[in-house]
Amino acid sequence: MKTRRTLVAVAFCLLGLAAFAAHGELSIQITKGVDNPIPIAIVPFAWEGDGALSEDVSQIVLNDLEQVGEFRALSRDNMLSTPHEEQDVFYRDWRLLAQDYLLVGKISRAAGSQLVRVQYEFFDINRELKLAGEVLTGSVAQLRDIGHTISNVVFEQVTGTRGAFTTQILYVVADYISPELTNFRLEKADYDGQRAQILLESQEPIMSPSWSPTGLDVAYVSFETSLPRIYIQNIASGQRRQITNYPNINGSPVWSPDGSKLAMVLSKDGSPDIYVQDLTSNQLTQITHHPLIDTEPSWSKDGRSVVFMSDRTGQPQIYQIELGASAFEVERLTYDCFQCMKAAFLPDGVNLVHVRRETRQNPNYQIAILNVETLRVITLTDTSLDESPSIAPNGSMIMYATKFNGRGVLDAVSIDGRVKFRLPSSQGDVREPSWSPFLN
Amino acid sequence: MGKQSNKFLKVGFMVISLFAVAACSSTSEPEEDSMGDETASSSSSDSTPATTTAVSTSGQLTQDEIAAQTALRQTVFYFDFDIAEFKAEDRDTLTYHARDLAANPGKRIRLEGHADERGTREYNLALGERRANGILNYLIVNGASRSQIEVVSYGEERPDQNGQTERAYSRNRRVEIQ
Repeated sequence: MKTRRTLVAVAFCLLGLAAFAAHGELSIQITKGVDNPIPIAIVPFAWEGDGALSEDVSQIVLNDLEQVGEFRALSRDNMLSTPHEEQDVFYRDWRLLAQDYLLVGKISRAAGSQLVRVQYEFFDINRELKLAGEVLTGSVAQLRDIGHTISNVVFEQVTGTRGAFTTQILYVVADYISPELTNFRLEKADYDGQRAQILLESQEPIMSPSWSPTGLDVAYVSFETSLPRIYIQNIASGQRRQITNYPNINGSPVWSPDGSKLAMVLSKDGSPDIYVQDLTSNQLTQITHHPLIDTEPSWSKDGRSVVFMSDRTGQPQIYQIELGASAFEVERLTYDCFQCMKAAFLPDGVNLVHVRRETRQNPNYQIAILNVETLRVITLTDTSLDESPSIAPNGSMIMYATKFNGRGVLDAVSIDGRVKFRLPSSQGDVREPSWSPFLN
Repeated sequence: MGKQSNKFLKVGFMVISLFAVAACSSTSEPEEDSMGDETASSSSSDSTPATTTAVSTSGQLTQDEIAAQTALRQTVFYFDFDIAEFKAEDRDTLTYHARDLAANPGKRIRLEGHADERGTREYNLALGERRANGILNYLIVNGASRSQIEVVSYGEERPDQNGQTERAYSRNRRVEIQ
């Protein structure tokens, strides 16, 4: 049952060159949980080496599972025993405490190296069954990755859904230094805001960060030349290249699901329209043709059509068009809102996440989901300036930007609206989150 | 139609000129700015020379020249929520800007469009451009050359005032001539 696996160092080893620790790390606050969370006991992992470890792996797992709201971890003080491996586990101890699941583990120094071995085992208390267990080996710097990997296993064992705890986020931070000077940063962090790194810093605005499907590259808009232009940057090497230099707006770069093309917005012919640029041939194809505003493209899962926002009827609404279709074959998807904007499909291809302003009288912009088959709408948030929704790759949560005490912060909400957590920022306005694809 | 708008412009110039003269001659009475924010601030009595330097043969500035100088000092134009058209009260000021560009073919300006933070960032980027384009087209129709003007939209990325107040929002919905 025990398997050996060496965690591949993600970007961090390669990143010796450009890894600045960001000024203020984000840290999670749970703002809303579910009514009946699943009880789970996570016993502090034993450390069999010298000195103290820089990370508490079992605490990382506990935080992960509680942040998504569906679990509640047993307090360490209430545990009747603290086993670290299967032979010390007595199921009745945990049944007495009404726990459904149990995670135990121990960490030791790998013989003759700087690496550490993390052994964990995961049990179903009611069925008295070991569900999973393995040994993960990595450097001390990778302990957070190991913790998130264990969280993925636990989450998938219990919910049947692939965990997204080893994913990352991109976001933009604006620091107002003085009325004349704002410091804009493009940052990347773990999904929970930890280990933030600066990818780009500028005194001109940075907008619209988006991941390539491989997670190796990011596309964004930078005003560094005093005009908005699209760039692609390799995360590991920091190498970047300018992709567009058309007149007027060059914005909203979004990778096609197969990574071969970039959808974007250009207003070179007078008004913003949706275009697709082939990243190999650089061939540019115009997708929409309308004298009013078309913007905010996002791809359908099969990469054959693009969802976008247009104010062609007077106010922003969501439309969809197949690549290669004529301009007359645009399908309108939203009707029942004053403004519906910034849409993207969940992985199911039926539910459309978007920003919604219900009526002209109601000034609130909120995150909502429209089922395009049943036309049922669920509004997920109750704050007033919510925007830039970005969907976790497992479709379980949506991260978005909102305002708290006058400052930009990132919030996340489960797709049923039952769970919310916030990543408060210690400095500046945080905005435009973009959730990575699965990275492993 | 053409004649009518000409007439309107002339009346407009006279009215503005009178305001300007009135404002300049009454700077010791700060209460007397019932004309509204923008006119009051643009006709303040600071003595920095305007960009145009045309002087009448008598050596004195004509009323129209004073009005032009006053108008050219106004370089920020504010917009109503969700509205891309500039305000009617800015029409004459923009006409002076257009004439100034026509009279100085070597002059280059940059129109920077902005939006308030409500609504999505990408839409606001487009709205800022629409606002700037509205002024661009008006300047061209009134004599400026397309090659003199660069347009850039910053959307909601460069607010003039931070904060979620109506006042901040109204300051942020703007086009700046740089």
